[in-house]
Amino acid sequence: MALDDKVDCGRRRLIVATATVGGVAGLAAAVPFVASMLPSERARSAGAPVEVDISKLAPGQMMTVEWRGKPVWVINRTKEMLDSLKKTDDKVSDPQSGKHMQPEYCKNETRSIKPEILVAVGICTHLGCSPTEKFKTGAESGIEADWPGGFFCPCHGSTFDLAGRVYKGKPAPDNLEIPAHKYLGDTKIVIGIGQDGKEA
Amino acid sequence: MKAQLTSLLGWVDERFPLTSSWKAHLSEYYAPKNFNFWYFFGSLALLVLVLQIVTGIFLTMHYKPDAALNASGVPVAFASVEYIMRDVPWGWMIRYMHSTGASAFFLVVYLHMFRGLLYGSYRKPRELIWLFGMFIFLMLMAEAFFGYLLPWGQMSFWGAQVIVNLFSAIPLIGPDLSLWLRGDFVVGDATLNRFFAFHVIAVPLVLVGLVAAHILALHEVGSNNPDGIEIKKKKDANGIPLDGIPFHPYYTVKDIVGVVVFLMVFSVIMFFMPEFGGYFLEYNNFFPADPLVTPPHIAPVWYFTPYYSMLRAVTVNFFWIDAKFWGVVAMGGGVVILLFLPWLDRSPVKSIRYKGPIFKGAVAIFVACFFILGYLGMLAPTPMRTLVSQICTLLYFAFFLLMPIYSQLDKCKPEPERVTGK
Repeated sequence: MALDDKVDCGRRRLIVATATVGGVAGLAAAVPFVASMLPSERARSAGAPVEVDISKLAPGQMMTVEWRGKPVWVINRTKEMLDSLKKTDDKVSDPQSGKHMQPEYCKNETRSIKPEILVAVGICTHLGCSPTEKFKTGAESGIEADWPGGFFCPCHGSTFDLAGRVYKGKPAPDNLEIPAHKYLGDTKIVIGIGQDGKEA
Repeated sequence: MKAQLTSLLGWVDERFPLTSSWKAHLSEYYAPKNFNFWYFFGSLALLVLVLQIVTGIFLTMHYKPDAALNASGVPVAFASVEYIMRDVPWGWMIRYMHSTGASAFFLVVYLHMFRGLLYGSYRKPRELIWLFGMFIFLMLMAEAFFGYLLPWGQMSFWGAQVIVNLFSAIPLIGPDLSLWLRGDFVVGDATLNRFFAFHVIAVPLVLVGLVAAHILALHEVGSNNPDGIEIKKKKDANGIPLDGIPFHPYYTVKDIVGVVVFLMVFSVIMFFMPEFGGYFLEYNNFFPADPLVTPPHIAPVWYFTPYYSMLRAVTVNFFWIDAKFWGVVAMGGGVVILLFLPWLDRSPVKSIRYKGPIFKGAVAIFVACFFILGYLGMLAPTPMRTLVSQICTLLYFAFFLLMPIYSQLDKCKPEPERVTGK
């Protein structure tokens, strides 16, 4: 018997319509389950700004604070460290910080508000490891003979200069993120609220 | 008594296909008589699956998927694993069985897959068996990845961080996708809890279903053998393949030998070297997860390292998309390309015994690349190592992509009429 013999088109249409409506309902029922995996209200509200006191941060030193569960570095760069940024200009892939990885007020040569103080999220833009500081210059750093100081990601070998700019030909696509931050005084920074008053 | 048991069996058989299933899948399932060493690994994989499920059930009785810090400042999840190791009676053994079992699972599955590659077990009419098997492999990788986060050590944490961030490389939807997978802005308590749910129920259920489909498909078409010829082509008067023997008792008994040897090796590792020099349990994972400090050297467990090397090998941008995305594509492609094997091999014969020198050479290069990639994946990257892994990644893909060409050019030997061997 051929299947198309004596098809009751009315019933067939009804079956198709019922199956379609049922299918839509099934898909709609998936929404709460999928949405339940999004960050909860508690997780969303946990990202409060963090205050950092940098009065004890000597030139050449670095400190790490936690903001939204991520490591944020504060580095007091010396004159030599700042000078090294000119040398790395043509070695990094985004020297002018063209990509939107920093607030507008940090889109400058040093990627910072005060030239010496760098505030950066210490998470590699490749796959989220935290790079290690390699402030020692030259061969002593274990990276290369004319290493001017910077950061090295242990996971996939991306390197960053002392302004968090990524070197060319490395797996990380972008410079390190500069979080929104502002100065409350000469030695106090708040991370999570920008110099322009915008919350990150 | 015997009569009563027989009548009980009859009673069951009228209501459930007990005897007929026993016959169809064991006592009257005719497998080729020339199975060799390589045919142990299928049954061993089943054994390890059972081992993992049983040990896993007992581990969940004591484990707590909680990233909060306890009174002494240690994450609860990490502390509960330490508790299993130190305070739960025999807990250390159950945990070591589970952790050694994970590596053993990949070892036997890799060997089982290699057997399929050698003897052309993926060829027509066994394409679906191969596909089900590949889905099992994918689910196994997911299972291992989710499970690895649970001890909440440094490697757990940073490994998950890296892999979840892989998804953020996908253009447009990537960042939202990885946020959805994590359930938080960083890998945290929400991530740990959902990985626990995936690891103990969602993935195992799918895995068991796929294993059933894999075996049902196998028993539908019959097993391949080292000669790669169909035993069903030559049957006796009763329709039984001339070169077939009943799976039970012949291969059940043979497989028990494999099980005994396997359990001996397994026990030695489990009792005397459960960390296996840092390859089965990485030393960095004995430190509790610290979201602020990445360990100086992070590497996945050995069974992921070949694919991890492919991820790292891609360092150039194509088109307008970052190298990061293409690394993910290489890594995923390295696994997915295996799915297409049944349609890439155009050789007139199935088994490597009758294939020509080109195919044998290609398999040798492929295996060498797989080992080199696996080795490099454990080491920190240097420019030289990156170059080597780039070459090996290219050869790995060439093995598959050029197969339709070289498998046809190859000079094959004629297949025998009947299976060989004594």
